[in-house]
Amino acid sequence: MSDATATLTAPRRALTGRLKAALVLFVLFALMPPLAAALNDPFYVLIGTRILAFAIAAMALDLILGYGAMVSFGHAAYLGFGTYAVAILASWGVNDLVLQILAAIAISAIFALVTGAISLRTKGVYFIMITLAFGQMAFFFFISLSAYGGDDGVALMQRSTVLGMDLLKSDFGLYYTTLAILVALFVLCHRIVGSRFGRVLTGIRENPTRMEAIGYSPFRYQLTAFVISGCITAVAGVMLANQAQFVSPAFMSWHRSGELIVMVVLGGVGTLAGPIAGAVAALLLEEWLGALSEHWKLFFGVFLVLMVLFSPRGITGLLEKAGIARRQE
Amino acid sequence: MTSLTVRNLTKSFGALKVTDDVSLAVEPGEIHAIIGPNGAGKTTLISQLSGQLGSDGGSVSLGDRDITRLSMPDRVKLGLARSFQITSVLPGFTTLENVALAVQAREGSSFRFFGTVAREEALNRAALKALAEAGLDHRADVLAKSLSHGEHRRLELAIALATEPSVLLLDEPLAGVGGEDAETFVANLQRLKGRFTMVLIEHDMDAVFQLADRVSVLVYGRIIATGTPQAIRSDPQVRAAYLGEEEEAA
Repeated sequence: MSDATATLTAPRRALTGRLKAALVLFVLFALMPPLAAALNDPFYVLIGTRILAFAIAAMALDLILGYGAMVSFGHAAYLGFGTYAVAILASWGVNDLVLQILAAIAISAIFALVTGAISLRTKGVYFIMITLAFGQMAFFFFISLSAYGGDDGVALMQRSTVLGMDLLKSDFGLYYTTLAILVALFVLCHRIVGSRFGRVLTGIRENPTRMEAIGYSPFRYQLTAFVISGCITAVAGVMLANQAQFVSPAFMSWHRSGELIVMVVLGGVGTLAGPIAGAVAALLLEEWLGALSEHWKLFFGVFLVLMVLFSPRGITGLLEKAGIARRQE
Repeated sequence: MTSLTVRNLTKSFGALKVTDDVSLAVEPGEIHAIIGPNGAGKTTLISQLSGQLGSDGGSVSLGDRDITRLSMPDRVKLGLARSFQITSVLPGFTTLENVALAVQAREGSSFRFFGTVAREEALNRAALKALAEAGLDHRADVLAKSLSHGEHRRLELAIALATEPSVLLLDEPLAGVGGEDAETFVANLQRLKGRFTMVLIEHDMDAVFQLADRVSVLVYGRIIATGTPQAIRSDPQVRAAYLGEEEEAA
């Protein structure tokens, strides 16, 4: 082996495979609204925005769950911070999306830094439980926030503006803005995963003792990833509030955290693009099965069990079996 | 000045004293072997020296610096690296990536979020060099989990080399390696001799007596003798406690 740059072919192949999968997804997303319009079903554009927002959150969770083996069961809290950043700032007359996103990121960074620092003292099932506990604390905080409707939540009078423009006023505008943010954040996550930092994070997932034995203290890297993931999830919350034009603590209940984990697992852990597909699958099933029966969760449960049994690597695993995506090395 | 100084180190698991008042002075550049029967506490001692395990009493110094209270990552940064008896690598990473991570740890910031690390030539080059020194450069592209046992042992060594230690703790580098493989491995270690200090735990007595400048014999957590290989070979106490058993078995 003489050429130092020609190495690492196997993982790089897996990475480009995923990049292609993501690209296909993004093209499909971009084509969806005109298609919905042609089919005279514009309602799908709004559902689509919801899917895109959850795709951002699922991808953010995958960054720590898939690449850092940190199963956060409290990630809905960050969705909540995002939605309430919109509601609270709007009530103060601040309607700008950029400012709302910055506020959501700031509060999420602080919350993630504090709760992450405590949670990361535990491992495995204890980590899951303690993140759940912190998530519930945030949930009950907003329940008791009577100025913003408490349990009932609060309706938003208008969607956010983007640097003074009414970009989000139409459903199409909101959809494509959310899509643009998803793509940008995907690129960000993809870069992080392939960076020095990402390699250390993945190394800690694979074998923390070995990482310590070559001079890394896992905690700092895990906490940093935890904060990044929380901040990205908060952005999803901001878009979700604009989609629903309604904000309530329901966005941050532990069911939501569970649904995010389901999306990640359904799509394929540690693939970034997979959880995006997982969000699409989970929310479309919810939509269709919900229309069929009141007891749709039962059918969804059966589907989930079958998926985990027959394709533990989720949708990504199915595609790999079909030979469409390349197997992760 | 000695490279690694151990004073009155102790460690108990419950009522069992696994490390019992161990003192060692490892000279710069030497290969200091620690031998002893199974269960003598060799791996525990290495884990205490590397910082993976805390000690109940005593002290460890690297050069003139007391490192007793330092964590494993901090000790590695000061130049004290270890290899593991039971292969401990990153299975989903390629051989080269395993080593490149060690280079990266030594070489600077890992809080870089954008550049593609796989394309960093300096890291890959240094990693390849360490792989070559361990005789594994031809397998740079292979995932660690697909390596053979002997190759895993080499990867352990390459990773440790890549941290550029001043003192290297080798926990049974030859565990499970036999025949020709073992010979080339010993030759590899021989070539590295003098570049840094090595503390070597090994069951393969041929390897120990070929490589070691001095040997300490650990029995039930205590060091019962330290000396040149020749002196140890003829020490009656050692023969009774350890070497004799092997001869009887053979």
